[in-house]
Amino acid sequence: MTERGSIIQLEGVVVDYDGFKALNKLNFIVDYKELRVVIGPNGAGKTTLLDVICGKTKPASGRVFFGERVNLIGKREDEIVSLGIGRKFQAPSIYGNLTVWENLDLSLKRSSKGVFPTLIGKSTAEERARIAQNLETIGLKDYAHTRAGSLSHGQKQWLEIGMVILQDPALLLVDEPVAGMTDKETEQTGRLLQSLAEKHAIVVIEHDMDFVRQIARVVTVLHEGTVIFEGTVEQVQANERVREIYLGRQKVAH
Amino acid sequence: MTDGTTNTNRGGGLAFWVVGFVLLVAMPLLNVMPPEDSWLHLSDFSLNRFGKFLAFAILALGLDLIWGYTGILSLGQGVFFGLGAYCMGMHLMLTIGKESVYGSDLPDFMVWNQVKALPFFWKPFFSFPGAVLGSILVPMLFASVFGFFAFRSRIKGVYFAIITQALALAAWLVFNRNDTNLGGTNGLTDFKQVIGYRLSDASTQLGLYILTVLCLGGAYLLCRWIIASRAGRVLIAVRDSEQRVVFSGYTPANYKLFVFVVAAGLAGLAGMLYVPQVGIITPAQIGVLPSLEMVIWVAVGGRGSLSGAVLGAVIVNYGRSILTNYFPGLWPFILGGLFVLVVLLFPDGLVGIIRKGKSLLGQRKASVGKAPVPEGER
Repeated sequence: MTERGSIIQLEGVVVDYDGFKALNKLNFIVDYKELRVVIGPNGAGKTTLLDVICGKTKPASGRVFFGERVNLIGKREDEIVSLGIGRKFQAPSIYGNLTVWENLDLSLKRSSKGVFPTLIGKSTAEERARIAQNLETIGLKDYAHTRAGSLSHGQKQWLEIGMVILQDPALLLVDEPVAGMTDKETEQTGRLLQSLAEKHAIVVIEHDMDFVRQIARVVTVLHEGTVIFEGTVEQVQANERVREIYLGRQKVAH
Repeated sequence: MTDGTTNTNRGGGLAFWVVGFVLLVAMPLLNVMPPEDSWLHLSDFSLNRFGKFLAFAILALGLDLIWGYTGILSLGQGVFFGLGAYCMGMHLMLTIGKESVYGSDLPDFMVWNQVKALPFFWKPFFSFPGAVLGSILVPMLFASVFGFFAFRSRIKGVYFAIITQALALAAWLVFNRNDTNLGGTNGLTDFKQVIGYRLSDASTQLGLYILTVLCLGGAYLLCRWIIASRAGRVLIAVRDSEQRVVFSGYTPANYKLFVFVVAAGLAGLAGMLYVPQVGIITPAQIGVLPSLEMVIWVAVGGRGSLSGAVLGAVIVNYGRSILTNYFPGLWPFILGGLFVLVVLLFPDGLVGIIRKGKSLLGQRKASVGKAPVPEGER
């Protein structure tokens, strides 16, 4: 196990839901500026993995380190956010009654997010430029003043990705971004994530194998709470055990 | 400036000044100028009654901040209203002095209950500024303690509604007790004067009316400022997706506490203005039922819209005033029916109906959807 050069490192993490081990002595390492895809059948522990990293779920045992050995265990969710870990949820989680611009403005990283600084704070020109640039990146330039609730499903997902990026995270956690998207939207999302991977480390959880093939460099396969294989898409697809427990099952299902 | 989100529409500025002029200048003039038999004349009774409605409107603004914008239903606003009202009521009791029925320095009910010395917590209220400050700060202080524990424990939704309702019930019980030394069931009444002005004089009541209008204007501007700020958008964001707010680095509990305390202060201010205009405050005005009625004002007017809250408070109370004259027993049923009707058919209340009408008219002119070039911050 390398300790240098990894942005997130989980060692022997166990999450126990009343006897059901959602994660079972899981080891997982992602390097800086890596785009990692995590796949696995339902119940393999993919979302739990993200929950542990962002502080939503406390592991029963094991260690979680961020960057140069910052211990994440016992930290609150908002502390972990300010350390530089952003999370994009599976279902779009945006502010439907605010405009796209306002959604992004609230998400922007600022020195204080307390009540009184926020009450009197005004946007600087630099902040506005960042938001404008972000709108371009996520392809919502023409929708800046549209109510976010009236965007299409795909656009909402991009907006949320944009919101997470504006927090300047070193590590971006993305949970099933293309579920429910059209083929075209899926492809655009893939390109968006690839361009983001130039600046941020990204962990993507995904079911859609076509999408995984489009974006993945290294794929981690989870099964019953542990990593059973890690490698390129080709290696994963060629691996007997993976085919048996995951791909095979999917083929049968199709 | 448009914010494209909720309440502040383009005509907001003009409407504010028009309504302000009517309330502050036109209505008092109609009270003072025309002769009493003229159809233009606004009676002292009507003006005084309207002043009471406007005091309620101040409370409704606060309730709209917490419920309409932040999505937290508080069924205990009557408690904060009551705290403010009793603070001012205590001061007015103390200024009665020897004019009371028993001619004692102590309030009548204390003589009746054989209380020999003024309880310690009455003493700060000899001072008028003390009473004014107390009317606003006591509810705010109480709300900060209660809110701190409630929001820290992540109590939300229906649970928050239930515990605030329990709070209203508890307050009602406490204020009803004679040994609380706040007048028990009969409350505080029989006031004579406020800072030297006789409350029975029409000019004093006119002054109180004007003061209420000014306070309402100030409260409205305060709420509008909060809503238009980035913190106001955080409040709406908490309502839309609290989880995302947390993951954007905010602590929702602090924002909820802030808005709960502001709402409590406005409710206290409303209570303070209510007491000298109505001349009595009893526990019946602060319990579970009045607190529920306050929610209905906002629902009828249109939650998530400040003008809706004001409109709702005035219209529902005006309706109550009229209808209880003709059908005294029916009011609870009418009120309940109104609430069900509004929730089922007009979730955005009167303001929603007005807006819908406007947009139907405007639909032919402009297509809705895409907005033009970004115009800076908002």
